[in-house]
Formats: sequence, C-alpha cells, structure tokens
Amino acid sequence: MPKPTSTPLISAVKLTCIREERLLFDELSLDIHPGDIVQVEGPNGSGKTSLLRILSGLSQPYDGIVNFKNQKINRCREEFQQNLLYLGHLAGVKGEMTAEENLKFNLALHGSCDNNSSVIDSATKNEQNTLAYLAKVNLSGFEDSLASHLSAGQHRRIALSRLYQSNAPIWILDEPFTAIDKQGVASLEALFTGHAQRGGCVILTTHQDLISINPDQIKKITLDYSYA
Amino acid sequence: MTLKAQSQQMTEQPIDKANTDRVKQLSYRRAFMLVLKRDLTIAMRHKDDIINPLLFFVIIITLFPLGIGPEAQTLSRIAPGIIWVAALLATLLSLDRLFKSDHLDGSLEQMLLSPHPIFVLVLAKIFAHWLITGLPLILIAPLLAVLLHLDENSYTALLLTLLLGTPVLSLLGAVGVALTVGIKKGGVLLSLLVLPLYIPVLIFATSAIDTAALGLPYSGQLAIIAALFFGSLTLAPFAVGAAIKVSTN
Amino acid sequence: MWKFLHPYANPETTYHFTNKLLPWLTALAALFLSIGLVWALLFAPADYQQGDSFRIFYVHVPAASLSMGIYVSMAIAALCSLVWQLKLADASAAAMAPVGAAFTAIALITGAAWGKPMWGTWWIWDARLTSELILLFLYLGVIALHNAFEDKNLAGKAAGILTLVGVINIPIIKYSVDWWNTLHQGSTVSKLGKPSMSLDMLWPFIFCFIGFALLAGVIICLRFRNEILARNSIRPWVRQLVEKQLA
Repeated sequence: MPKPTSTPLISAVKLTCIREERLLFDELSLDIHPGDIVQVEGPNGSGKTSLLRILSGLSQPYDGIVNFKNQKINRCREEFQQNLLYLGHLAGVKGEMTAEENLKFNLALHGSCDNNSSVIDSATKNEQNTLAYLAKVNLSGFEDSLASHLSAGQHRRIALSRLYQSNAPIWILDEPFTAIDKQGVASLEALFTGHAQRGGCVILTTHQDLISINPDQIKKITLDYSYA
Repeated sequence: MTLKAQSQQMTEQPIDKANTDRVKQLSYRRAFMLVLKRDLTIAMRHKDDIINPLLFFVIIITLFPLGIGPEAQTLSRIAPGIIWVAALLATLLSLDRLFKSDHLDGSLEQMLLSPHPIFVLVLAKIFAHWLITGLPLILIAPLLAVLLHLDENSYTALLLTLLLGTPVLSLLGAVGVALTVGIKKGGVLLSLLVLPLYIPVLIFATSAIDTAALGLPYSGQLAIIAALFFGSLTLAPFAVGAAIKVSTN
Repeated sequence: MWKFLHPYANPETTYHFTNKLLPWLTALAALFLSIGLVWALLFAPADYQQGDSFRIFYVHVPAASLSMGIYVSMAIAALCSLVWQLKLADASAAAMAPVGAAFTAIALITGAAWGKPMWGTWWIWDARLTSELILLFLYLGVIALHNAFEDKNLAGKAAGILTLVGVINIPIIKYSVDWWNTLHQGSTVSKLGKPSMSLDMLWPFIFCFIGFALLAGVIICLRFRNEILARNSIRPWVRQLVEKQLA
C-alpha cells in the first residue's frame, strides 16, 4: 500500500501501558492519518479502553509519547482538544437535565456556538440545530424529557448526537454501538465513512464488525498481549 | 501487534481550521457561566441536595444544648465554636456531590477534554457548590445563634466570618473531593484529608466572634480570613484541576 | 550542571546505588546513635529544675524536627514528581511518609511523657504539641490516600498533590495554632525557650540529632528500595534479581 504523505493526525511512539501491575501493551507505535478508520480489537481487559484514553490524553502512558500533528499532546493541549471528540464508556449525560439541555451544554462546552451572528439570532439558530441533531439520532419528541426518564440507549444517542455537529477531525469512540439498535448502527457507520472522506479520522473499539464500511478502508489494531 | 495500513486519501474539505477559530471566541467568562448555570439547574431539580446539609447543620446545633445543658451562659460562651464546627461538618457532608455524580456519569472527563482550561470549569463548580450549600448556611445561622444565646454584639461578626470563611471551606474541600472522587469508599478518607486544612479558618473565625462579643475590634481576624480566602481562591483551582486529572486517569 | 543526576532517573541505577549506600549509612547511624544516646542518658548532667526527666528531650526534639523535615522533603519530592514526571520521586515520597508519621508519633508520645512530670498532666493544648498532632493528621491523610489507590503511579501523584497542599498549609496552621494558644492560655511554659544550653548538654544532643537523622535515612532508604522493586516488578532486571536471590 502507498504510504500517505500527509502528517499523521495522531501518532503514538512506543507506548507502554501498565494497569494494576499488569502489562497491557508494550512499545506500541502507530500513525493515524486523515481518512483513517481504525478499529481497535482485542478481548476484554486487553487494554482497548486504556489505549483510547491514552490517545485522547485522559490517561498518561507508563512510557511513550502521543503526538498530535508531530507535536506532543501535552504541549498543545488546547489545540489538540479543539480537534478531538472523545466519547467514552460513560455517556456524560445528566439525568437531571432534559435531552436538549444535555446536548446544548455539551455543544457549548466544546465550543460549538456561532458567535458571529447576534446573540438572539444565534440562540434561535442553536435551538433549531440542537433539535435537528436530536432528530438525527431518532430522539425527536424526547427533547424535553428528563434524561433520567430515558433508556441507556437513548443516553448514548444523546452523546452520539454530537457527532453530527462536530467539526473536530479526530473522533475517538469507545464502544459507540453499545445499546444502539441496528438501524442506528448503520447510520453511524455511514457517518464514519463520511467523516473519513472529509479528511477526519475515527478510532473506535467495538465487538461487532463494521458491516457497511468497506473492509479495505478499516485499519485494525489487535491488542492481545498475553504473555507468560 | 499489526497495523494493516489501508486507507484512502480523500480530502474534500479541511475541517480543522474553521473549528479552531470559533472556539477561541468562547471566553473564560462564558465557560464559567455555562458550567455555573448547569450546576445550579441540576441543584434546583434536586432540592434535597440543598436541604439535607442544612437540616444536618440545624440538627447538630440542637444536639449541643441537649448534651451540655440549657444554661444560657455556657451556651453563649461555646456558641461560636459550635456553629463553626457544625458549619465545617455540614460543608464536609455536602462536598461529596461536588464531583461525584459528574465522575460517575462521565461528564467530568468531557470537561477535562473541553478546550477550556480545567481551572475555570472547576472554579465555576466550586462557586455553584458554595451558592448551594454555603449561602443557605449563612442565611440560617442567625436563627441558630438565637437558639444558642449568642452574644448580641457577635451577630455581625458571625455573618461576616461565615461569608468569608465558607468559600474557603468549599475551595479547600474541593481539593479533597477531587483527590478522592475516583476511590470507592472516599467518604471517610475525605474528612481525614480535609478537616486538618480547615483548622486555621475555624480558629480565626471563632476568635473573631469571641472578640466581637467583648466589644473589641475584630478586623484583624477578618483580614486573615480574607487572606485565606484569596489564597485558596488563587491556588485551589489549580490543585483541583491536577487532582481531577489524576482521579479520572 | 545537573547532568550528573541524570543516571539516577533510572530505577536500576538508583537501586544499585542505594545498595552501596546502605551499609555506610547504617554503620554511621549506629555509631552516632550509640555515642549520642549513651552520652545523653548516662553522662550528660541532669537539668537543675527538671532533673532526669529532662533527658527525654534528647529523643523528643530530634523526633519533632525530623517529623517536619521529612514532610518538607516529601513535598520537594512531590514537586519534582509533578513537574518533571520523575517516577522515582514518587517512590521516595511514598517511602518517606510512614517514617515521618512514626517520628511525629514519637514526638507526640515523648512530649506527653515529658508533660506528665512538668505540667502534672499527660496532655495540655500546648502550641507545639497541637501543631505536632495536626501534622500527624496530615501524614495519616497522605498515607491513607496513598493506600486508597490501587495503581501505585496514580497513588503517588494524588498523594503528591495532597502533600503540596499540606506543605503550603503547615505554616498557616502553625501560625494560627500559636496565635490561638497565646490567646487562650497566656504564655505557656516554653520548653525550648532557655537562653542557652550548656555545652555538655549540647554535644550529646548534636550526636543524638545526627544519629536519629541517619536512622531515618536508613529506614527511608530501605523502604525506597522496596518501592523501586514493587514499581518495577515487571522489568527484566527485577526478575533477574529475584532469580539470583532464589538461586
């Protein structure tokens, strides 16, 4: 395969990860370029989540470096985080707030509001946008329900609805399909393909195969560091 | 570990630049207000969070006359200490909520990953915590002072010390919670970490109230509590930020 | 300028260095402690007011100073670990905490034992004793926090942050307790407020002080070695070491 010439969005150099005195992976290096869809595979407890958290800067590796565009992520944290969308095991949805409030907060927290237009203008625009994003994940009609009244799958949908809006090129998703139905999975897969085509990259873990994405397009990383 | 390099290069529109410019405009103040508003909304929909520590505060204070005896003279002498110790304990009890639920549902890691510096978000959360727990304590304190026959000259001093001192409790407490939020049984540990740090506030606040009862000026003690407040206001958010990074690791 | 320190960021080098250091340190500690204690307890003159009970001073004061000194060293190690990400600094702070707590406890117990003949009671809320008690709480907090984390690296970082918060607070607590004490009790009998110590009391004191400091060094060194081994248990050099021991 021809090696892409662009600078990698994320590159990891010789990552070593130890959890509770167990070596999960050792000297793991990888480059992730624009357009890549990377699936991290491995049995439970093999360190998939740890790898994703290290790549997103949430955890520190025991040894090794993570670079964003050839710069250490610790050195360009703010820029890196503007370019990153990470969704972990936990949806980050507050039960005390409605679906719409949750999404609005998440969008605003990650800096996605249009300040160019006047305040009122952008407020109404945001309102319409939020509703539109919720509709995309099949949550129309639920926007005013408290999240505590919604199911686990719906929580995850609220979190995932950020993907439809996101401009961040790097998506790191830990088990995004958990509790999502078939239809939802298909539309997420379409979303990933589109994102990759626009020059973004997706790094995800999942136990199921990605069906509608061309297998040639998926890079696989297998973590299975069972050592005696 | 194998890496099957199979990728298609299709760059239709670069999507990173536009995003960067937009985010820059979201200032510290907006981030602060955003988190503050969110925490207050949540608290308002969960009113027991506000009421329970307050009830705890009231109950502790009613226990003392029952344990010590109802003589007005004794009570009025120990009133400043009792009110302040009860305030410390009530704050301690309410601290757990500061980061716990956010940690459990993953909001905390999203905050860490947001482009905003974590200390701004943390400061907003601490301020919300003070509004929810510290402020009601101050409002109800005069009533309890009546129950304990606090000297009439001391009321202003009591309110002023609580006003300056309770934010210090929230700020220092936040460091302790941030350190213990990832631990399963962090509650008892929290009191061991936090209570020794509360000692200076306790000493100067009760002394200010005692001094006021004698009709003497107590601005010195107030100034020291104010210094503690500004000191913890500047340093605590950074310690909390660092601690949260460790706890969510 | 600090280049000569760089090899010691490597756990293996440091481990072997402590191996070489330990016998010397132990011998020196034994020498100073035996001379100091025998001199202090048997030959030094008794105090003209307090009689022989004064001799507890030779243990109390070194323990009290070391309890604070070790906390400050822990804070320096914590700072190094947070700023330069030195894993060994974490290990050294973890090694120091229980030793510091033990010296704090010794200072408290000897203080109380000294208080009995002096004040007629085991405990008075003397400013120094109170500060020492609070210092013990701070130590216990650091140790408890360290034990609460399963991952040693995280434990080190969390305990480090707490140590730094504590070290900023110690002067404030000390000052506030001193102030509180004068406010409530007038001036207490100051134990160390004597104008000067006679030389035949000072020399044994110096020996005792250095001896206890060296003893603390020996224990910390031993614990430090264990911490290094525990944190690097998956490294080949540790495995080789264990195999060599077993063979």
